[in-house]
Amino acid sequence: MKPRILPLGDSAMLVQWGNEMDFKVNQRIHALAHLIEASSIPGVIETVPAYATLLVHYDPLIVSFAQVKDFLREKLAQGETAAARKPRQIDVPVRYGGEFGVDLESVARHCRLRVEEVIRLHTQRTYTVFMMGFTPGFPYMGELDKALVMPRLATPRTRVRAGTVAIAGAQTGIYPLDSPGGWHLIGWTPLTLFNPRADAPFLFAPGDEVKFVPV
Amino acid sequence: MSLAIIEVNGLATLQDAGRIGWRKFGVPVSGPMDWFAFRAANRLAGNDPGAAAVEIGLGGITLRALRDCVIAVAGSGYSLSIYIWDFPLWSSYYVRGGWTIRLDKLDAGMWAYLAVAGGVQTPPTLGSASTYLRGPFGGLDGRRLQAGDVLKAGAPPRPLTDLAARSLPTPAQPAYADNPTLDVILGPQDEYFTEESIAAFLSHEYTLSPASDRMGYRLEGPALTHRRKAELLSEGMAMGAIQVPAGGQPIIMMADCPTTGGYPKIGAVISADLPLLAQCVPGKSKIRFQRTTAGKAQKKYREMMKKLERIVEE
Repeated sequence: MKPRILPLGDSAMLVQWGNEMDFKVNQRIHALAHLIEASSIPGVIETVPAYATLLVHYDPLIVSFAQVKDFLREKLAQGETAAARKPRQIDVPVRYGGEFGVDLESVARHCRLRVEEVIRLHTQRTYTVFMMGFTPGFPYMGELDKALVMPRLATPRTRVRAGTVAIAGAQTGIYPLDSPGGWHLIGWTPLTLFNPRADAPFLFAPGDEVKFVPV
Repeated sequence: MSLAIIEVNGLATLQDAGRIGWRKFGVPVSGPMDWFAFRAANRLAGNDPGAAAVEIGLGGITLRALRDCVIAVAGSGYSLSIYIWDFPLWSSYYVRGGWTIRLDKLDAGMWAYLAVAGGVQTPPTLGSASTYLRGPFGGLDGRRLQAGDVLKAGAPPRPLTDLAARSLPTPAQPAYADNPTLDVILGPQDEYFTEESIAAFLSHEYTLSPASDRMGYRLEGPALTHRRKAELLSEGMAMGAIQVPAGGQPIIMMADCPTTGGYPKIGAVISADLPLLAQCVPGKSKIRFQRTTAGKAQKKYREMMKKLERIVEE
């Protein structure tokens, strides 16, 4: 599929591949983001990968709309031939159920599975961080086994504890900060996902591969 | 030590040019609501254009100089007094240690910037001094400024007497208006809306809703109809982007906006006109939109910046 390049205002450009959640498309987005970062053209500031789009922020005092468009076309053409990017692999220890995985049993009931089966299905796959957003450091990961897909909560909780592992739709995620949340809470990890004072403030980056390990 | 905060009635935060480079991790840019006034205050005080300064909105602030310093104030909707005198905004002033500086809120306008020669010094978070209240991080412990806070200024770049009494004349300032017409670039999801809705958006007035803040300016006016669904997969967005949720009332993303969003964007307000939008008054200002192109928008932005830099250098 050929992506479209569309302006978002006068200082960002959206590279868009349709409007579907697609693993292969998402892989191409991370590869393009990687290519752009590696070529560091003056005036191109940063990129935001998402499910089916890459937003490229630029400084119009340094580069023009037309120059950024040409640059992106060139990078897209290179992307077709570039070697595959090697994603980082991160293991996440999870304590399923218990005080912070309060929805584990209701998820099992809804999916007509035993609790052990839910844990097995959640841990057996390697997930990709499709994008980050919502709060600083929140990874949107997928895709979940079809047997675990269920709609988000009708009424979001006002407070979910940092480190809580959750699922919603075909996605799984981890809350980096105490925050409101509308996903089903199935476990908790002691890992710190976001520490603004650390040298590496974020545990994950878009495009990473993640595996959950029960403890 | 340079400036002590005596009283705050509004929302006062420290802001620099913004937290750049972390958007892919979900960290909002923050930074000033009115980039032009922020930049002008810094340039008039002799600072780098992106030095940390005080942003004040919604109400007043009183400070006291703890030693001689040069300050510059720019923005809209405020009156300035130093010691026993009233002074216009868009100028730099020599302030003696012990004098008070007062900014009082007027009816029109929303935000003012107080820069001090040498810039406000505060440890950066993720490379920036900008306050993100929802984080909470940046500025002073991620919180708003309050009575008792002391702001430390860096070393002034030149002797204070060289930096005082510099002004940006009115023609170089943005043409702030109670009811401005703003240039927008349509897209990237203008095709999600019916032709009638795009025509309505470009021809009717929208009132700025009282439910507006540093994150987003909500508009009230003719509802816009989506041709298809009112949601899309979450994707990156930026300040100025105009999201339209299912209800059809547009929301314009402002300085503290999230890095991603899942509503179609009918268009985006151009950089050169963001100061005009920022200074609109919630519950009062009526806004109109007119279409422009990215090429024209970038030309307007560059000219605005050139005018500011030329005058400050003279």
